This record gives sequence, structure tokens and C-alpha cells, in this order.
Amino acid sequence: MNRSSSTALNAAKAGPILKKKSMLSRFLSRWESPVAGYLFLAPWLIGLFLLTFWPMLQSLYFSFTKYSLLEQPEWTGFGNYERIFTSDAVFLQSLKVTFLFVLFSVPLKLFAALLIAMLLKQNIRGMSFYRTMIYLPSLIGTSIAVSILWRNIFDSDGLFNQLLALFGIKGVSWITNPQTALGTLILLVVWQFGSSMVIFLAGLKQISTELYEASSVDGATRIRQFFSITLPMLSPVILFNLVLQTIGSFQMFTQAFIITEGGPINSTYMYALYLYDRAFGRLQMGYASALAWIMLIIIAVCTALIFMSSKYWVFYENDGRKKG
Amino acid sequence: MMRSSKRSLFQKNVMLSLLSLIMMYPVFWWIGASLKTNEEMSRPGLFPEQPMWSNFIDGWTAIPGFTFTHFYLNTFQLIIGVLLTSIVACSLTAFAFARLDFPLRGLWFSILLLTLMLPHQVTMVPQYVMFNGWGWVDTFLPFIVPHTLAGGIGGSFFVYLLVQFIRGIPKELDESAKMDGCSWFGIYWRIVLPLTKPALVTVAIYCFLWNWDDFLGHLIYINSVDKYTVGLALRMFVDSQSSVPWGQLLAMSLLSIVPSVLIFFLAQRHFVEGITAGSVKG
Repeated sequence: MNRSSSTALNAAKAGPILKKKSMLSRFLSRWESPVAGYLFLAPWLIGLFLLTFWPMLQSLYFSFTKYSLLEQPEWTGFGNYERIFTSDAVFLQSLKVTFLFVLFSVPLKLFAALLIAMLLKQNIRGMSFYRTMIYLPSLIGTSIAVSILWRNIFDSDGLFNQLLALFGIKGVSWITNPQTALGTLILLVVWQFGSSMVIFLAGLKQISTELYEASSVDGATRIRQFFSITLPMLSPVILFNLVLQTIGSFQMFTQAFIITEGGPINSTYMYALYLYDRAFGRLQMGYASALAWIMLIIIAVCTALIFMSSKYWVFYENDGRKKG
Repeated sequence: MMRSSKRSLFQKNVMLSLLSLIMMYPVFWWIGASLKTNEEMSRPGLFPEQPMWSNFIDGWTAIPGFTFTHFYLNTFQLIIGVLLTSIVACSLTAFAFARLDFPLRGLWFSILLLTLMLPHQVTMVPQYVMFNGWGWVDTFLPFIVPHTLAGGIGGSFFVYLLVQFIRGIPKELDESAKMDGCSWFGIYWRIVLPLTKPALVTVAIYCFLWNWDDFLGHLIYINSVDKYTVGLALRMFVDSQSSVPWGQLLAMSLLSIVPSVLIFFLAQRHFVEGITAGSVKG
């Protein structure tokens, strides 16, 4: 219906240049709804060009300039990059902190998520209550409210030290101590393993119970089952979570901004925080853009490495090595 | 046999209860602390002997010039604008990807998937420069306009989620409507959209949550206290007082998560659908 009406429309519009029109309409008739398709897609396409492609190009351009927002950008070539890589100690520090954060928080979070998903997998009465309780902290995830709470809990006389005092341990001031500040941030994001856990739960439900039954008949222990059935069958979901969490962790901002403000002595100065300070604190838009592109490349390389490694540890059920 | 399974059930319950308690303990403490005085805060015990309900009242008016009513109204205003535009724009886009056949569809779809992984920091600076040039700083337009174009926080994810959902709706329905002379827009509006309602609810929930917590965005674009969102107001509360009245601050931050928690309890089912979209058999 629509195809004929759109061709009719084309025919009516094109009038005199009949030959050209028929070629165009013949070309378009290879698709069922080319005009409608682009009409429906129009808002997103405009957004893609206006809010993603164009800004990305601009950002690339800014990264080669000195730009304070008040004056026109001034071309400096590779100046920003040179400064970042040769004489910016804070850049190295923020990179180090961010890598430490990602390296610890992502595996710990996924480990907790998987372990607890295994516990919550069974169907016993009241399970939905437990699931709710365990998920709830993740719901309020990145909100500033939780950051305020955390700041208070790990204060020198906060909840955490009160609990330690019960065991006769004298706690330090966790947030103002450069050795422990990053740890409190890692603990905060690990506490919020909920969304990874829910994804693991859904993945666990997809593993056929036949596999477990057959292997118990053969005398496999629970631990053996976990390593030989659960982990391989779940590996695509692990990959998905790993990529998602890694990308997210590199961009961690709010918690570090509110809880530790990057300190003490830059021990929690996350990359995103540094970028924010350069851009909106010191109005160095060019420098910040260069930082942003470096970040993009780092994240892309890490994601690519994860995908490349997945060949060795992700098991796809229908790639020849069929079960049975 | 019976006995041992009963015992293991008991063990499981104990373990899960303990786990729930550990997870929720900071939240319980939070509730208690919101009713404490500053002196009581450092003393052990979950709840104070004398609950200070005044923390909520004093906290609500602690920021000079404006009460939290004002900040909540601002935030709701922002979120309603973002929510409605997001639903319309994302469902239009998703309908095109899931149902329509047009040149370069595959290419655009892969680009959509790539934008899912694009860190926000790359476009943050130039977008700010652009919106600043248009005089949009200190308005809600930098949030509403991107959502109108199926972008903004979570935009690509919402489109993807809706595409997956619409693909699951039997195509026979639109075929027969087409026979009856229904236009593509008619099919979208009268057939696909009503059937997509559950997924739209999921989108609305996540749109609400993520925009409620979009602290960085609010921080960059909103400057005047008059337009502050709840998150910014909380931050100002932390910074403005030299000796922080923790009870009031915790009371106000506790209130700020109430909308999210309410939505969570009202729509738990949609939550799981949203999180797991694309992860399993995507």
C-alpha cells in the first residue's frame, strides 16, 4: 500500500523529468518504505549529526587549540598532547588512580554479583524479598545522596569506625587518608553490584537444568559443575557485564567529586574529575578536549582487548562444540 | 532426608537474611542518622533515643532564599520534559529500525550500537560550547532538546531496548492493517505503540532515574540557585555550611531518593526487563 502511494507521490512530483524520476523510483523501490523510514528516523539522525558527530569533530579540532571559551580557539598543533604526555604530572596521577579504580572495582563487583546471583538463583519462599533488599542499594547508585551518606559513614567518627570499635579496632579517618580514600570509593561501587547481578540471574536461568542433571548422574560435584557448566555457559554474559562495567568505571565522577573531591593529595583524582576541572574549572576547553580524546582511545583499546581475549574464554553454545 | 533438606533451607534463609542485613545496614543507619543530632551521630546505635523530626523541617528550609519544594518542582519540571520527549522520539526511531525497510538501515543501526559505548566526556565540551553559544546555559534546554532527538542520557539504550521489544511483536498485525489501508504512521500510532506499552514504562522508569541522578549534567548547565535541581541543592548544602549539620543533610538526601525507591517498588518487573535487555540472547 505504502510503496505504491510513495511511488505515486514521486511520479506526481517529478512530472517533466520522467526518465530521471523513473530511475530514482526504481532505485528506491528496492526498499519497502524508504521515505517513511527516513521520516521516522529523522529526529534521531538529526541528533546523531548535531549532538554526536559534529561535537566529536569539534572536540578533535579543539584538542589542537588553546580555547578558553571567551576568545576564539587558537591553533597550537600537538601542543596540548605534548604537554599532557611530557609535563603533566596530574594527568599521570589521575590515569593511575583511574586504572587502579577500574582494576579493583570491576572484578570485585562482578565477583560479588556472580556469587550472590548464584545464591539468589534458587526458588525458596521469600526470595523476592531478599532480592529486593540486596538490589536496593544499587538503585540509588550514582546519586549524590549516597555519596553524602558515604562521606559520613567513613568519617573519622562515622559508622564504619563505630563498628570497628566494637571489635576493639581503632579506625583511621578513611576519607582524609590518602592510603584508604580510594578504597572507600571502590567499596561504594562494589556495594552496588545489583545491575550486574540481575543480568547474571537472567543468564543463569537460561542454562538448561538438563546439563546439571546429567552431570550429577555422572557424579560431578557442585564445585565441578560450577567450573564445567555454569562458568562456560555464563561466559557470554560475563563478557557483556565486563565490557559494560569497564566502560562505566572509567567515567566515574559524582562519587569522587562529592566524597573525596579528588583528594587527599590527588589520591582519588579520577580522570573524569580532572577533565571536568580543566574544562569547567579553568576553562581550558582545548586541553580538556585532548584529555577527552585520550580517554576515548584508552577506553576503546581496553574494550578491544577484552573482546580479543574473549576468544579464549567465552564459550558460545553453537560454535561447533555442541553440548552432549 | 526430609530433615536435612529442611535444615539446609533454614541455613539458606539465615545466610540470605544476613546478606540482606549487611547490604541494607548503611541504609537503615541512614534512616536513623537522619533523626540524630550532630553529637549523637558519632555515638553507636542505629536509632536515636529522641528522634529529631525537626531535622526534616529545618533541612527543608536550610538553604537561604529557597525551600526544597522549589528544587523538587524544578527537578520534576526538567524530568517531565525529558521523559515525554524521550518516549516519543525513541519510539519513532525504534519503529523505523524494527519495522521499516530503507537504505543504510544496517549501517545506522550499527552506529546506534556504537554510540551506546561512547563515553559522554568526548561530546561534553563541544556540546557545552554549542549550547553556550545559543544561550541555553542555565535553562533546561540542554537536557530536553537532546532527548527530543532520541539522544541525551540513555537515549541510544532506550532505542535499542524498544527495537528489541517491537521486533517481538508479530508482524501479521501490521500486515493486516496495511491491507486495510493504514499508513505507516497509523501502524506506529494505533498498533505498535499500544503494544509497546510495557517497554515504554521501562524506558520511562530509567529515564526518570538516570536524569534524577545526572549530577554532572546539572552541575555543568545549571548555574543559578533559582533553577537548581535537588542534587545541586544537596551539594550546595554540603558546601555552604562550615560545620555541616549532618542530621539535616542526611535527612534531605534521604528524601531525595524517595521518588526512585517508590518507582522501584511500584514497577519492579519492568526494572529487571530494562537491566537485562540485550544481555541475554540479545
